[in-house]
Amino acid sequence: MSVLVNKNSKVIVQGFTGSEGSFHASQMIEYGTNVVGGVTPGKGGTTHLDCPVFNTVQEAVNQVKADTSIIFVPPAFAADAIMEAADAGIKVIICITEGIPVKDMVIAKEYIKGKDCRLIGPNCPGVITPEETKVGIMPGFVFKKGKVGVVSKSGTLTYEAADQVVKAGMGVSTAIGIGGDPIIGTSTKEAVELLMNDPETEAIVMIGEIGGTYEADAARWIQANGNKKPVVGFIAGQTAPAGRRMGHAGAIIGGKDDTAAAKMKIMRECGLYVVESPAEIGAMVAKVLGGKVSA
Amino acid sequence: MNLHEYQAKQVLKSFGVAIQEGIVAENPNQAHAAAIKLKDQFGSDFVVVKAQIHAGGRGKGTIMGKEQRGVAVAKNADKAKEIASNILGGTLVTIQTGPKGKLVSKVLIAQDVYYPGSSQTKEFYMSVMLDRTVSKNVIIYSTEGGMDIEHVAETTPHLIHKEHVDPRVGLQAFQARKIAFNLGLSGEAHKQMVKFVQALYKAYESTDSAMFEINPVLKTSDDKIIAVDAKVSLDDNGLVRHPDYAALRDTSEEDPTEVEAGEHNLNYVKLDGNVGCMVNGAGLAMATMDIIKLSGGEPANFLDVGGGANATTVEAGFRIILKDPNVKAILINIFGGIVRCDRVAQGVVDAYNNIGNIPVPIIVRLQGTNAAEAKKLIDESGLKVYSAIQLKEAAELVRKVLG
Repeated sequence: MSVLVNKNSKVIVQGFTGSEGSFHASQMIEYGTNVVGGVTPGKGGTTHLDCPVFNTVQEAVNQVKADTSIIFVPPAFAADAIMEAADAGIKVIICITEGIPVKDMVIAKEYIKGKDCRLIGPNCPGVITPEETKVGIMPGFVFKKGKVGVVSKSGTLTYEAADQVVKAGMGVSTAIGIGGDPIIGTSTKEAVELLMNDPETEAIVMIGEIGGTYEADAARWIQANGNKKPVVGFIAGQTAPAGRRMGHAGAIIGGKDDTAAAKMKIMRECGLYVVESPAEIGAMVAKVLGGKVSA
Repeated sequence: MNLHEYQAKQVLKSFGVAIQEGIVAENPNQAHAAAIKLKDQFGSDFVVVKAQIHAGGRGKGTIMGKEQRGVAVAKNADKAKEIASNILGGTLVTIQTGPKGKLVSKVLIAQDVYYPGSSQTKEFYMSVMLDRTVSKNVIIYSTEGGMDIEHVAETTPHLIHKEHVDPRVGLQAFQARKIAFNLGLSGEAHKQMVKFVQALYKAYESTDSAMFEINPVLKTSDDKIIAVDAKVSLDDNGLVRHPDYAALRDTSEEDPTEVEAGEHNLNYVKLDGNVGCMVNGAGLAMATMDIIKLSGGEPANFLDVGGGANATTVEAGFRIILKDPNVKAILINIFGGIVRCDRVAQGVVDAYNNIGNIPVPIIVRLQGTNAAEAKKLIDESGLKVYSAIQLKEAAELVRKVLG
């Protein structure tokens, strides 16, 4: 079991023939992801990386039964690509694009509300269910199959956490990179909820950063639902100054409630296993799971 | 991207938002001429001289070494000239600038809007921003204008109102009316406030803004509603659609090293610590800063070199970090995914050799694709570079070099 994506996911790539889309599509195919085609308006009917190219997402859904999409479309057109995927009936939409104007995302987020789909990202590394499918840009070899779910706002920090988990002798069920923008499709709490309900996930690593209330919301939900599985938490940016944007568009301390210290305090109070140092994530997961998990 | 008050007001005015009028001056003579011109236009001898810097608290801030506030009323053109000569070229220290303050190179000579008339003047607060919790824009407003809104929020939260805007239909007329009623207005002032709110929101949407803060919004004694101050922050991701606004950027307001880093496509934020760092990915970069702190140092910067860490970006990163004299050590932390660690390691060696003697110890932590080869390459380079693979080892090395 896993969440969001598995070996049966039929994946299309929006922005298929561009340089980013091409590179990562070939990496995904190499990993074993079932890429059934791609979309580049105006190039429909051609073939790219041995896969059919379609003009619209609707064509891809109709002809190759795509149910998952990964978006590499440039920022100015990416919100449109999200809405096109939702309209065509894609169930899991993963938007990698960084730099989408907030104004566009306000509209796209509203548009997909009530539609039968889930948006991950934008500005995220994607989702991986190790040894089944990779719908993202992460280095696949870092992730070994196992029972620890990972939820993170950050790309390389997700790889870091997965690597520590694997080096500590465990593995990953599904890793979800939710993205570092102020508006994202799936919140920390929603991603944690998916993993809580996944029978094969036995522990969860939740990595956040300064800015916004997602981690605090997730922590409160975890506690309200009885701390069913141990959650190891880390918040990046304990040393970040207030009011400065730290790389990610959403990583900015706006008040006294969205500092790393404030978030970590709430997480601790809600019964999460919070680590001060990002170097301790793997060790803490091993500790909370004790000898419980073998793979 | 932040705008100066004088720029922000012109942008707002172009969308029909009523503003306190003014003229920018770069020297005392221009300030004098501006005050005369405003007198001709509005009939009052009084003007306000306002320092133009990207920081709040100007009215309470003072010019370093002088008894001069950053915002001051002048009773005539000669006085405006005198105040302008005190402010221009001076360093204004406010609660938001920190003790170093900011150099003032422009002042706004603004019309006096607190003239007496048939009714009392009244100040309000209004801002427009994204409410991240609901992914919708929100207009925040209060009857308590002209003061520190965070203080109002803490002491009298019931005096702060919020009006969310439905992205599907935009701001509706009833919402603007509700805001005007909640602000206690009636008659002509009410009508003007409705117009003000609608124009303000239209400006926010049309400019791809990230934040508007108008404090105060003033009801004049003759029932006009105008923006007396204006803080406008544009969404950096939207600037590509607005080259005219992008051209308003004032790089003299930014840290010169940050501007230079931007030219190399490096995301750099200057901090006050003693250990520089260079990392791929924003989240890992923040985490690396935290590691530095936990190892007994203080981060000197945030620096995300992005996905394509190579010899050119590493060298640019080194040069930028080394401009900071406080840096006593540098930690490079790269998690190589698509990027191969041995290539990054070669980049570090090449950059080191190109720069020549780097006077501070360097710790390179390379993990991921080809990490072992990378460590070997660093260890055999003969350079004064410590290598690590595990994050924990890197943390211990930071502690060691700081002694």
